Amino acid sequence: MGQIQISNVFKIFGPRPHSVMEQVRRGVSKDDLLNDTGHTIGVQDVTLTVEPGQCTVVMGLSGSGKSTLIRHINRLIEPTAGEIVVEGQNILELRGRELEDFRRQKLSMVFQRFGLFPHKTVINNVAYGLDIKGGSKAEKRANREKARHWIGQVGLTGYEDQFPSQLSGGMQQRVGLARALATDADTLLMDEAFSALDPLIRREMQDQLIELQENLQKTIMFITHDLDEALRLGDKIAIMKDGAIEQIGTGEEILQQPQTEYVRRFVEDVNRGRVLTAGTVRIECKIVRTDTAPGEALRQLGEDDLRVTYVVDANGRLVGAVTAASLRTGERNNVQSVDSLAEDVPTATEDMVLEEILPMTVGEDIPVAVLGEEGELKGILPKDTIIKALAEEAQLTGPADR
Amino acid sequence: MDAGSLFSLVLCAAIVGWIAYAAARRHESLTEGYRTHAIGAGAALIVFVAGLAGLWKFLTGLELDTSIIPIDVWVDEAVDWLLLKVGEPLDQLNRWVVHKIGFFERFLHQSIAWPLLTLLFTGIAWHASRNLLVTVGVAFAFLLIWSMALWKPTMQTLSLMSVSILVTVVVGLPLGILMSQSDRARSFMLPILDMMQTMPSFVYLIPVVMLLGLGNFAGVIATMIYAAPPLIRLTDLGIRLVDKEVMEAATSFGASRRQKLFNVQIPLALPNIMAGLNQSIMMALAMVVIASMIGVRGLGQEVLFGLQRQEPGTGFIAGLSIVLLAIVLDRITQSYGRRMETHRTVGH
Repeated sequence: MGQIQISNVFKIFGPRPHSVMEQVRRGVSKDDLLNDTGHTIGVQDVTLTVEPGQCTVVMGLSGSGKSTLIRHINRLIEPTAGEIVVEGQNILELRGRELEDFRRQKLSMVFQRFGLFPHKTVINNVAYGLDIKGGSKAEKRANREKARHWIGQVGLTGYEDQFPSQLSGGMQQRVGLARALATDADTLLMDEAFSALDPLIRREMQDQLIELQENLQKTIMFITHDLDEALRLGDKIAIMKDGAIEQIGTGEEILQQPQTEYVRRFVEDVNRGRVLTAGTVRIECKIVRTDTAPGEALRQLGEDDLRVTYVVDANGRLVGAVTAASLRTGERNNVQSVDSLAEDVPTATEDMVLEEILPMTVGEDIPVAVLGEEGELKGILPKDTIIKALAEEAQLTGPADR
Repeated sequence: MDAGSLFSLVLCAAIVGWIAYAAARRHESLTEGYRTHAIGAGAALIVFVAGLAGLWKFLTGLELDTSIIPIDVWVDEAVDWLLLKVGEPLDQLNRWVVHKIGFFERFLHQSIAWPLLTLLFTGIAWHASRNLLVTVGVAFAFLLIWSMALWKPTMQTLSLMSVSILVTVVVGLPLGILMSQSDRARSFMLPILDMMQTMPSFVYLIPVVMLLGLGNFAGVIATMIYAAPPLIRLTDLGIRLVDKEVMEAATSFGASRRQKLFNVQIPLALPNIMAGLNQSIMMALAMVVIASMIGVRGLGQEVLFGLQRQEPGTGFIAGLSIVLLAIVLDRITQSYGRRMETHRTVGH
């Protein structure tokens, strides 16, 4: 289902690209090549795997070659050298009808300035990828039904017979998205799809894409110049500069372990609270079983009144937390086990981002507990840990398993 | 070898050498091809010197009225050859077209035709513009022409115009599309179009009359040669101006070249094509008087009469009718063109 393997792809623009390949492989600089030979490097030795069912984001500033790269995958642009394999098929071997069929079946694309057909109504735009395959009148009617379905999916029901010029930018891009989804292609190429939209609409469209993706599990290659967008959408992010890939990794890897100076400067301004998750920032904590006696728990914990231990049941699931102070009270009153002393604590799941967790800590002395899927305690998030992580001082902590 | 042919040979060689030299220079700046550069420059130099020597020798020994390159003779021979080869089928085509125009004309001359036609054009004007002023203006123009007793020549002109425009569209549209699809076709066509537009029309009237004889068919062809360039140019331009991302979208969904052309490019180029058609119609009307010199009847002939008999009034009302006809056709085609622009541009 839709794996894309890009291997050592080069794209050189100019009158005789192949004649300068040797120099480019030797690593001549972009400026030297331009001055000496009049050729520019669009894409330089890019190797990238787009995993099926995932959203791979290619991020870079304008001129970094990202839009050039994505156009190689449906061969709107031909590479100068390299190999591109989609679903086990080397697409650079496709000719004429084969290439058309490949584009019709396997891929669809969403464009920055939408690329809608201004002379067609919304429904005919959405059905375009289907109509183009030809077919009988009955099939054309079925295409209309399918188009109607996808118009509904992107929330444009009622606008079927409008023309693109009658819609707002956000609505036009919904049409673009519906058109791409309607063909049932496994792979979606999105070239700066939301960049032309207002920030609020962009956010809305990102949410919609995330929601659709949960059900559809398409293979998405998404191009953007917006790091926040990349971090929101990408299962994997590739950062490009001057036609080459600087770093590939998950959003958190790129934030926490930038491999080059360029990437580091790039991630400096990112709102880390939106990206770092409880799962990566959490630290280990003291735990006691529910049947432990308060005195025993107290000994494990030490004397400080402010210290806290977390109570878990036999399966490791969180029951609550007890402070040293209440343990001492319990001990004095001869309470049998810590079970009855446990108080509720704020909890977060591993995939929650710090921005969501931060409000929970307000006015709360006990650190937030981080829980796994079954409610098992994975670790905790004290306030200072959260603040350190946000201030880019935290080192990536290893998993704090019990 | 006589002086003329030797000179033209040297001239050709010099031109070729110069082109090679220029190409080599261009090449050098791109790929360090110094060798190509040197060879090109050397060849150019040799040819250039030889050309200069030849030029000097032959220019000094030349009579001013000697034709060195006898293009006129070549053209004469080409037309003679054409006459021999295609004279007969052309004659049949001629008869067929004349018959069609005649049929059209005879109908338009019926007394019933004028109110019908006035109504028809007024209706078309309303349909195109939805503008009362334009519609009333069109009706008024037809009434004025009729009341000046120029209905008959106007209809002769209109029928010739219609056939000419039809031929122009049939020839021009495919040529424009061809130009838009291939850069080579475009660079081949551009100088031809320039020639069609700048060559004085009397020049091609001569071979046209020789091939087709005097009369309507010759008029149609001459009009077409003069009127087709704007349509061809604007068809090409309109198709090339179609938004790049829209074209990429069509390609990315797997559209074939034909599907792109007919579903996307031509529909989106229609406003420009209509503008081209409008220009072609205007140019065709400008040919009316010249066409009358090769035996086309109609308003042009009236103007010619006015000139020959020194009757300024006759000339003026015929000229006025041509202008009225032009305005009517212009307003109608422009209105259609404007209506096509809706939904052909995307904005936010």
